[in-house]
Amino acid sequence: MTEEIIIAGFGGQGVLSMGKILAYSGIMQDMEVSWMPSYGPEMRGGTANVTVIISDERVSSPILNQFDSAIILNQQSMDKFESKVKPGGVLLYDGNGITRHPERKDIKIFRVDAAEEAARLSTTKTFNMIVLGGFLKIKDVVKMENVIKGIKKSLPERHHHLIKVNEEAIKRGMEIVYPVKN
Amino acid sequence: MRELRLMKGNEAIAEAAIRAGADAYFGYPITPQSEVLEYLMAEQPMERTGMVVLQAESEIAAINMVYGAAATGKRVLTSSSSPGISLKQEGISYIAGAELPCLIVNVVRGGPGLGTIQPSQADYFQSTKGGGHGDYRLLVLAPASVQEMSDFVKLGFELAFKYRNPVLILSDGVIGQMMEKVELFEQQPRVTTFDPAWTVTGKPKERERNIATSLDLDPYRQEKHNYKLQAKYKAMEENEVRFEEFDCKDAEYLIVAYGSSARISQKAVQLARAKGIKAGLFRPITLFPFPKQEISALASQVKGILSVEMSAGQMIEDIQLAAAGKVNVQHFGRYGGVIPAPDEVLEALELLISGGSK
Repeated sequence: MTEEIIIAGFGGQGVLSMGKILAYSGIMQDMEVSWMPSYGPEMRGGTANVTVIISDERVSSPILNQFDSAIILNQQSMDKFESKVKPGGVLLYDGNGITRHPERKDIKIFRVDAAEEAARLSTTKTFNMIVLGGFLKIKDVVKMENVIKGIKKSLPERHHHLIKVNEEAIKRGMEIVYPVKN
Repeated sequence: MRELRLMKGNEAIAEAAIRAGADAYFGYPITPQSEVLEYLMAEQPMERTGMVVLQAESEIAAINMVYGAAATGKRVLTSSSSPGISLKQEGISYIAGAELPCLIVNVVRGGPGLGTIQPSQADYFQSTKGGGHGDYRLLVLAPASVQEMSDFVKLGFELAFKYRNPVLILSDGVIGQMMEKVELFEQQPRVTTFDPAWTVTGKPKERERNIATSLDLDPYRQEKHNYKLQAKYKAMEENEVRFEEFDCKDAEYLIVAYGSSARISQKAVQLARAKGIKAGLFRPITLFPFPKQEISALASQVKGILSVEMSAGQMIEDIQLAAAGKVNVQHFGRYGGVIPAPDEVLEALELLISGGSK
């Protein structure tokens, strides 16, 4: 099993930390992982993206331009990455701020309105965990118990009281994600 | 007990330096390797092992601090990225001339000049052919994973002291910035005894003082010194060649690549194999000494070699020398901070197979 994932959105949305938690969860499940961010000036208020690979074999290239799954959180990323999903692959997106919805017919499209949900729950910082929950519902690449371990490993100890909130956000994401007919 | 962590390549360098029992790190920040210094500052190794970490006023100051500390027999390292490494070249040449051990890390970015902050491999010539002035070589290790970033710090110090020569870890922005699973090695004690044959630790009554210098104005003595250096580089060529092969046994076409390009090329080999192309990957781990004999042997076996490097074609010259005209060797690369994707490498390989070139 190898899952090649791109997570893309605005800097500040928690794209990189979502990827980190996913990668750490993979390690907790005894798998091989890589986490390769875009870095540089483009991250300042611009777009941020990270390629996460989770595999039961040694990961070859951390750099890819075809993905099994794309998690897309803004319009620029939709324009850039919709075409990079492998046929039969998964595109998960948050509808907030999306003006042109995905159009491909040969991939599975899902939507999780995490920004709206996070605002409704008054926990905007758990936005990325709601998205992650949505993703894990579609692709159970890592088990929930290992995700919790992954969060624990990713967060410094002074933030460990937030694990519960994050866990709930993941579960909420699992509930509100839905397939889009295409 | 295995200690697994998810770390950036740069963080792995820093943690490994503490664990390898380094006495000091001197550096100056530059993207994409600033996490080395950041990690060390946050980790406070003075508390853990007594290791000194100092942000120098410049790269030139940092390398000369390394020179001074290395002369006393201490385990010292510095790290930087391309423009900063260029600034260090005078000091590196002096350290090589004075035959002192140290570890230098270059997390390469696009050039020339200040260039970009994105990954590149265009410092191959500088790393393997000297870099500074004079006839000298660095022993160059090219990690292709975060694990190797950690492992090569330990190995690098061992080799530096074995040969009393600077060792360079030639990495790039991909390996520096990405996170992977790392199994950390156990804390090594800091060494407290120093070789009286060369370390500058004060003059005891029973012998003359040791002098660390690269200056000798007598050309005949300087020539003798150069003979000694050359013998050392030859010994490295005989004993220290390291490499890794993927699917080379039955390969009809060979990709040669190091560092992050090797990772990308490994995926390209998988894609090629899926299409029925018998491709293999040869990954030099030491760039000096270069695995000449192994490439020469493979050049007799395969129908074509593709050198993949994020440069305009530097390592290809060493491959061509090793292949000695036995087979067609072509280069594929992206420049200035652009990273090629695996399917671009596959395309270049297919072009080579069809007899075309770019």
